[in-house]
Amino acid sequence: MKKRILAALMALAMLGAFSGCSNTGDGGSASGGSDSDTIRIGGLAPLTGDAASYGVAVNNAIQMAVEDINANGGIDGKQIEYIYYDEKGDTTEATNAYNKLVQDDKVVAIIGDVTTKPTLAVAQTSQQDNIPIITATATAAEVTLTGPNIFRACFTDPFQGELMASYASEKLGATKVAVLSDMADDYSSGIAEAFVAKAEELGMQVVADEKYQDGDVDFKSQLTNIKGQNPDVLFLPVYYEDLRLISAQAKEVGVTAQLCGADGWDSVLTDNFDSSVLNGGVFCSQYSTESTDERVQNFISAYKEKYEMDPNMFAVLAYDATNMMAQAISDAGSTDSQAIIDAMAALEYDGLTGRMTFDEDRNPQKSAVIVSIQDNAYKFVENYDPEA
Amino acid sequence: MDFLTQIINGLGQGSIYALVALGYSMVYGITQLINFAHGDIIMVGAYTTYVMLIMAGTPLWAAILAAVLFCAVVGVIIEQVAYQRLLNKNAPRISLLITAIGVSMLLQNLYQLIFKSDAKSVSNVLPSFPIPVGPLEISSVTLITIVTSVLVMLLLQILVKKTRIGKAMRATSEDAGAAKLMGISSRNTIAFTFAIGSGLAAIGAVLYCGAYPQITPYMGSMLGLKAFVAAVLGGIGSIPGAMIGGILIGVAESLTKALGWSQITDAVVFGILILVLLVKPAGLLGRNIKEKV
Repeated sequence: MKKRILAALMALAMLGAFSGCSNTGDGGSASGGSDSDTIRIGGLAPLTGDAASYGVAVNNAIQMAVEDINANGGIDGKQIEYIYYDEKGDTTEATNAYNKLVQDDKVVAIIGDVTTKPTLAVAQTSQQDNIPIITATATAAEVTLTGPNIFRACFTDPFQGELMASYASEKLGATKVAVLSDMADDYSSGIAEAFVAKAEELGMQVVADEKYQDGDVDFKSQLTNIKGQNPDVLFLPVYYEDLRLISAQAKEVGVTAQLCGADGWDSVLTDNFDSSVLNGGVFCSQYSTESTDERVQNFISAYKEKYEMDPNMFAVLAYDATNMMAQAISDAGSTDSQAIIDAMAALEYDGLTGRMTFDEDRNPQKSAVIVSIQDNAYKFVENYDPEA
Repeated sequence: MDFLTQIINGLGQGSIYALVALGYSMVYGITQLINFAHGDIIMVGAYTTYVMLIMAGTPLWAAILAAVLFCAVVGVIIEQVAYQRLLNKNAPRISLLITAIGVSMLLQNLYQLIFKSDAKSVSNVLPSFPIPVGPLEISSVTLITIVTSVLVMLLLQILVKKTRIGKAMRATSEDAGAAKLMGISSRNTIAFTFAIGSGLAAIGAVLYCGAYPQITPYMGSMLGLKAFVAAVLGGIGSIPGAMIGGILIGVAESLTKALGWSQITDAVVFGILILVLLVKPAGLLGRNIKEKV
């Protein structure tokens, strides 16, 4: 009985602390999440472990974004205080870190997590607190479906399939398309399915929907089938290592279709890979270093100067995610969780990865960058918006 | 027309299986050892090709020569260090098998340590262009692969049937004890067999790089396993059997994929193995020899 009373008291105390957040400073005590001058935003990222390279890029970019926002006067005059924890790519660590951010640090919003599994765990835990969360890079559809407080800055996998189907129809003038995908891989088969569905919806004929097994190195049989159907476009939603083998064999077999793909094509170019087999191939990405957008170029040079490495896609998305959250807090005019969530849902944002709004599942609707491969280099083609 | 093309695709892939299967078969024929490290010798050959051709920039013939010699040496070293003592002591076969798996893991991890685990590209090892043959278009790489492996198999047949060392190999294979009594050094014969088998794997590796221009430290395991199936299918210990087995497996794979059943390709290959073991355990061209007592 005693325990129950204690729990109830604790819950009341926590409620008090939260309502304190939206008030003016709670007398400036340490329990206040945001006193009158600062707004606390939390971060979760794997800074050590297998996914560290992603996490470090994300965390670097968030810090850069926070510095930029603060240098420009912060959010409506309040400076952002960024508090982050290393969750080591582990779901338990991520949940603990989340609890620390919410209960001890009293953050008003969280940017994270980076990879899908810990993000899902955090999303589920967050349902009790209704804290606004935006993940920069977790692509699995379930993440934002967990609850109305979870948003994301990146594409989902199926979105890329739909986008490339529209692109093939609208910009490449394709009427007959073929697909070759890795059936054991969620990324590859997810994009392929979405592509096929959208292609049929747009009235294109899907003449071949071929699959292969994980670890296959010989695709000549499938490619011979595809060649026999003579498609205008061959869509390859695969990762770069498989792509090198497939494109070389496609040329060998004599496939002449225009090759298309998704962001798994990024980093296909490497030493000793004869990329002439991919010449003219196009893929969608969220960002291109060749972008003509001045803000992108400024970001790239600033990031390079500060961290002495090139920003990858993760960094760019994290920079955008941070700015989206800041803009939503500013739009909301308060640090109340529900107000921020409502502002986020209605957000119209123009950032490094394009102009975007959120759909009803809190996934970004935005233009993609179309990149082509020419003479062993990535060439920026255009920003493509399927709705336009 | 497509059907014929698919058969030729299968022949190309099957030829590589056949070259690897020859190595399994020869070693088994003489020592009754299933050398599971044989697949990884291909990987060693492929990386040697990569080092010579790309890192050192030598011409193709030098890369092939280096790969064959290096693999032959590695094969002999493995035999001397890992297997010889076990063979001499008449160790149980399971010990040999476990040792072979250990060697295989050693090679994979060693190469991962040296070259990192990401795939390396080796484009344009062999000239690639379509050759029109009647109404068909055959890729030059496939044609080179098929012709090379048939030539290699013929040379191997001549070596085994017509030369002195070949006679020694056949004798050791038939009855190691009696061969020893006739003054044949079984130790040298076994070492020679490992050298030849590994050299063949190196040729297979170069052809592999031509057909699938990307190599990883793990590329040998699945390839080796399928080549082993090919060797069993053809009749392990038989040289023409390994060739026929390899080609049958290659064509079976190619046709399964062509029919749109890619998801069961491996099931088909290993299903063939199970069927053969049930119906004709000695394989298509295998001799059914009673266990010696």
